[in-house]
Amino acid sequence: MSMRHFIKFGKPYLHTRSLLRGKYGLQTCTHVAKSTGVQPTSDGNNFIGIPHNCVTKLEFLEPKMENTIPVYQVLDSDGKIIDETQDPKLSDEILLKMYKDMKMLNIMDGIMYSAQRQGRISFYMTNYGEEATHIGSAAALEMRDLVFAQYREAGVLMWRGFRLDQFMDQCYANINDPASGKQMPVHYGSKDLNFVTISSPLATQMPQAAGAAYALKRTNPGTCVICYFGEGAASEGDAHAAFNFAATLDAPCIFFCRNNGYAISTPAHEQYRGDGIASRGSGYGMLTIRVDGNDTLAVYNATRKARQIALEESRPVLIEAMTYRVGDHSTSDDSSTYRTTGELEYWTKTNNPVTRFERYITNQRNCWSAEEDEKLSKDCSKQVIEAFTAAEKRLKPSPSLVFTDVYDELPVNLKEQQKQMREHVSAHSQHYPLKRHEPL
Amino acid sequence: MSLLRQSRNILSNLKAKSLAKRLMHFKFEPDNPSTNLGPTENMNYLKALTNAMDISLENDPTAIIFGEDVAFGGVFRCTVGLREKYGSDRVFNTPLCEQGIVGFGIGAAVAGSTAIAEIQFADYILPAFDQIVNEAAKYRYRSGGLFECGKLTIRTPCGAVGHGALYHSQTPEAYFAHSTGLKVVIPRSPIQAKGLLLACIRDDNPCIFLEPKILYRAAEEEVPVGDYTLPLSQAEVLREGSDVTLIGYGTQIHVLKEVAELAAKDGISCEVIDLVTILPWDADTVCTSVSKTGRCVITHESPVTGGFAGEVAATIQKECFLNLEAPVERVCGYDTPFPHVLEPFFMPDKWRCLQAVKNVVNY
Repeated sequence: MSMRHFIKFGKPYLHTRSLLRGKYGLQTCTHVAKSTGVQPTSDGNNFIGIPHNCVTKLEFLEPKMENTIPVYQVLDSDGKIIDETQDPKLSDEILLKMYKDMKMLNIMDGIMYSAQRQGRISFYMTNYGEEATHIGSAAALEMRDLVFAQYREAGVLMWRGFRLDQFMDQCYANINDPASGKQMPVHYGSKDLNFVTISSPLATQMPQAAGAAYALKRTNPGTCVICYFGEGAASEGDAHAAFNFAATLDAPCIFFCRNNGYAISTPAHEQYRGDGIASRGSGYGMLTIRVDGNDTLAVYNATRKARQIALEESRPVLIEAMTYRVGDHSTSDDSSTYRTTGELEYWTKTNNPVTRFERYITNQRNCWSAEEDEKLSKDCSKQVIEAFTAAEKRLKPSPSLVFTDVYDELPVNLKEQQKQMREHVSAHSQHYPLKRHEPL
Repeated sequence: MSLLRQSRNILSNLKAKSLAKRLMHFKFEPDNPSTNLGPTENMNYLKALTNAMDISLENDPTAIIFGEDVAFGGVFRCTVGLREKYGSDRVFNTPLCEQGIVGFGIGAAVAGSTAIAEIQFADYILPAFDQIVNEAAKYRYRSGGLFECGKLTIRTPCGAVGHGALYHSQTPEAYFAHSTGLKVVIPRSPIQAKGLLLACIRDDNPCIFLEPKILYRAAEEEVPVGDYTLPLSQAEVLREGSDVTLIGYGTQIHVLKEVAELAAKDGISCEVIDLVTILPWDADTVCTSVSKTGRCVITHESPVTGGFAGEVAATIQKECFLNLEAPVERVCGYDTPFPHVLEPFFMPDKWRCLQAVKNVVNY
């Protein structure tokens, strides 16, 4: 008998256990999903932790790549709802906010990418192609839910209310950046918006998300954690650690994988041999779903349900959102060196999340029009340009801030080093870009 | 069991115990606790740690303890009784994965819970190196203080134990001394261990708390039963002297105390300093002492090249240059992995330290 999980978003695990008990009269000896203090026993045929029955046929399990985990979809490519029962029936207000945030994100990305090319900022990463993964999931969460992200989730911040000037100030590393220009561009963070500051190492946020979810379960019940990561980051050891910890410790965490096809130049088929990231979920005992990451409503529905289950049942949920990285990995990458224009064109023009959503709101919901669209583009451009012009003019932080926030307070050695730095820079000021910075 | 067999067992246990004691490379002498810390109880090092964690969980409802095997009391019995007292949601086992333990701990701390993580042996802390160095140490800096994991404390048994060999004897202080943003602490005794663990738990920076495992049972003192902390980043002058400064930490302090006694027989007056905190370390106390004595010997079990003694030596030669009467001496493990049966020949024992003292005095 195989362990088939019945995806009723109910109790698939317990259902399977009771099936085993009923059908074979076997004594299961696994831990229940929530710790009830039931101790596992090992008697005779029952190994600790695994309910099983025995077979005499020598047969290896072949991962079935023909029957891969299906992709949950709500909207077709024309923006029509396929199955009416899956319509989340969102208000016009929510739908328009979703769309406007996607457009603003696109336009901000375009202008900031150019800014890097012109040498105005040092580095940038765009979000093209993955707008639905950001907006769909962010809209399904509550503001108090804690977000651990990787680096290509700016739309989540935008949805939550991160302002253009805040995006720009971080990218321009000026005095308004709360981290005082200490990090490369796009390493955003916001305490008010419950978005943990981005760090460059990949997947490190994943076991942290599990720990945060565990802590919040005890201290702030009703608060969920979402952890975003790419299919490349999912190869890191930290991803394995995160899944295992969240599952064994019953942490209410949504693991949201943006499978966008590439980790810089490495295509997904060089990243893993199995059925993507979703197939790993059940190995950890996690509830799992694969969704069309370019379908805003599918992402919304899946995240909303995942949140409900994670909190009600104190368990992690894995969502693999299939999407495509339309832009380059970053401004340091030229993706034309490793992918074809034909492939790129399909995902930019034919299966574009923003276009699909625009068709839905314009043609199906009739709350948007081409004229409004044009006006929106112009408005967004204007706002972005205003914001970046202002950000560019602001001063950079004081050099003395090199030494702050290493510890909660400046220790003796750093006070001494700060003093040495100030003395040196004052004595050789002509060699340092002091004019661009607040005073020493 | 027959009387004869019982007595044979007792005798063989006694022989085993005194053999172990004879093989120990140091002699632990208890300190007297400060009189203003209230009533005391005889506790060994590990019981002092349990006591500290008990106090922490009692007073801080967010505090949790986790790691491999901590639920049943830990492989070194440091968490005995805590799960029964505080519940399985507060004292629990994790899967066998150090990067997960530390990552999980960072996340719990970021979310506002006091996270006390145990890494079963310091030798196995290395899978967590990325989480510790790239994440925990830099969390506050990179977010401008919006997010930080100051509520994280990582405790781990370290150091030579007589038979630990490569992977049960390491003290990884040097790797973490290079990771600014962390605090690294290594207590020499039960009174120190309890006060410093409580200090680390309450400190608003991520702390690595190194526990020399050979001291768990070998070190017993009258430990104050109340709630007290000891200061971090403050070195302690344990013995005053005028001829040479001996600097060390952890188990090696007990070696140095004996070296000072042996040196005294040759008329050499040694000042003994316990660094206590490796990062940030108290250069002021050390340099004041060496400026006075003009000579110093720095010692640790970890290999000499790239070891922490190099950092101390470089600072001493810069700050005390004109006061030095002899070059700074380091007595450390050799530049090899930690051997098993060859341990007595690898360790910076009292005879090597004593020889170094004589070298600097006769320079």
